Amino acid sequence: MDITEVPVSQDSTGKKKKNKKPKKKSPEGNAEGSGVEKEEEKMEKSEPGAAAFPPTFSVSEIKNKQRRHLMFMKFKQEKRKQKMQLKKKKKKEREALGDKAPPKEVPKTIENQRVFDETMVDPEDEEVAFDEGTDEFSAYFNGLTNPKVLITTSDRPRGRTVKFCEQLATVIPNAHVYYRRGLALKRVIPQCVARNFTYLMVINEDRKMPNGMVLCHLPDGPTAHFKISSVRLRKEMKRRGKDPTEHSPEVILNNFSTRLGHSIGRLFAALFPQDPQFVGRQVATFHNQRDFVFFRFHRYIFKNEKKVGIQELGPRFTLKLRSLQKGTFDSKFGEYEWVLKRHEMDACRRKFQL
Amino acid sequence: MQHDDVIWDIIGNKQFCSFKVKTKSQGFCRNEYNITGLCNRSSCPLANSQYATIREEKGQCFLYMKVIERAAFPAKMWEKVKLSKNYEKALEQIDENLIYWPRFIRHKCKQRFTKITQYLIRMRKLVLKRQRKLVPLSRKVERREKRKEEKALIAAQLDNAIEKELLERLKQGTYGDIYNFPVHAFDRALEQQDADSESESEEEEEEVDDEDVGKREFVADEEVEESDLSDFEEMNKLRTSSDEEDQDEEEEESSEEEEEDEEEEEEMETKTKASRSKGKSPANGSVARKKRAYVEIEYEQETEPASKSRTT
Repeated sequence: MDITEVPVSQDSTGKKKKNKKPKKKSPEGNAEGSGVEKEEEKMEKSEPGAAAFPPTFSVSEIKNKQRRHLMFMKFKQEKRKQKMQLKKKKKKEREALGDKAPPKEVPKTIENQRVFDETMVDPEDEEVAFDEGTDEFSAYFNGLTNPKVLITTSDRPRGRTVKFCEQLATVIPNAHVYYRRGLALKRVIPQCVARNFTYLMVINEDRKMPNGMVLCHLPDGPTAHFKISSVRLRKEMKRRGKDPTEHSPEVILNNFSTRLGHSIGRLFAALFPQDPQFVGRQVATFHNQRDFVFFRFHRYIFKNEKKVGIQELGPRFTLKLRSLQKGTFDSKFGEYEWVLKRHEMDACRRKFQL
Repeated sequence: MQHDDVIWDIIGNKQFCSFKVKTKSQGFCRNEYNITGLCNRSSCPLANSQYATIREEKGQCFLYMKVIERAAFPAKMWEKVKLSKNYEKALEQIDENLIYWPRFIRHKCKQRFTKITQYLIRMRKLVLKRQRKLVPLSRKVERREKRKEEKALIAAQLDNAIEKELLERLKQGTYGDIYNFPVHAFDRALEQQDADSESESEEEEEEVDDEDVGKREFVADEEVEESDLSDFEEMNKLRTSSDEEDQDEEEEESSEEEEEDEEEEEEMETKTKASRSKGKSPANGSVARKKRAYVEIEYEQETEPASKSRTT
């Protein structure tokens, strides 16, 4: 078998070299009959187009898997070689020009290539400003209410979730942790409202790990449902400092750019009291990157006005928004402002919602 | 002919019955028409030609009856009677239908009916309470999301972003007068430049002094330090305001860390000093003093590594 195969493959490599030319040209959009001539122009080993393969030839039409694979590898190698040559040429040009060389191109990142979202908020947009002046958070942002947060869990929380809730309560000033005891949320909410709570936070647990959070702004505010991932408790942090003090932290909200992102940003901002105590030098950060909101809690110190040192205290976790519902928690009859629909929204890698 | 005893002899005791499930202590009957669920002579629906049961279908209870007259017609063997939803009325119905039937069957029917109504009530109550909805996770999706999250974390460069934001806020003056860095950055830059020029000039002077100091090392170190101090006083005045405040505001941990940083910088300083200027490794006593003067300058040049060592 082997003996007979070798000559066959050699032949086929010979054929391949001829095959390469038409194959290369055809994917480059050259479906008309003039493929043969163009090959001769381009290729160094310009055998006359006697091997006149039909111009619509492509690698995928070879039925034999091994041969097809080999052809494809060769194709790729050629492409790579061309790319390297191009790069070298460019580099030489750049060196030759020296100072007059055109500036280096900016590399493409996902953030650069982000699909334009028409709900991006313009900082001076009046409509947005008007909306925000009259929405459910306006009371907070006008300084009328002080945040008071109730943190609870789903039924029968395990140790990790309990510790997480306790640490959250130290991070958020004026937060209280209560044991759930199998109560229905719809009955809990009126009681909270009666006791002047502004926020209800429910940490959902699955297999001894916190994995979801329902954040409900109380006097009929919006309810957001998040997925929590990568929770790191305080003792798992490397090089952390002492425990956070009772001072109110500052809040940093990064990259909440669309309309939806804006409302979520305000949701987070209203968790903390309006006037942070700078003496405490603590800062809570919600950073949105590609629809993941990273929460960090740091203590900072200014060494001079060009340098600041930060040290991470406090728990860290990542949130991903699953749904935003108007009104307080009502999963059946609530009016959903936004729901994560995986098939539509995850299809494009450059499109983000927040 | 229906010979109940023969049937029971065969299936109940000796040979095989496909509905029988035997455990160590009990035998159970899996026949759906069985009234008690146990494998007994009186509860076996196959071995009793006159038999009755209660069965429930979608919340509705029915009374099934089998009599010997219909034993030859398997399709019509069981008579099905719908029972009323009212508990007492249903019990009366059972009594009325099973009149003259053996006591055992009547009693067991009523017991079974009671049990069934109880569990139906409980089902209806549970529906009103909180329902837990289980949402299945797709493993592929979870894996994808995890990877995306990791990449997003790397792209986010959180520490840099936070530091930038804090410095922005400092520049904009949101912190007010707590930190006594002068607000205008370019004033500061000017001062830095002046300081640089001054320090350079002082370095030259020091070189001369340093040579002298080197010579006098063995004799009168401390006096020389005092004279060095006087040279440095001007430098210190320019710097002490910020330095003192820095040190006041530092808490112990961060001050320790700063000291470590300063030590690092000191090492770097000494290296660069050696490389930059001529043999300037003066008496170690004055290095402590000089360190304060030069620290600010070293920041300019070695900001990058220092900040890298600080961030986690």
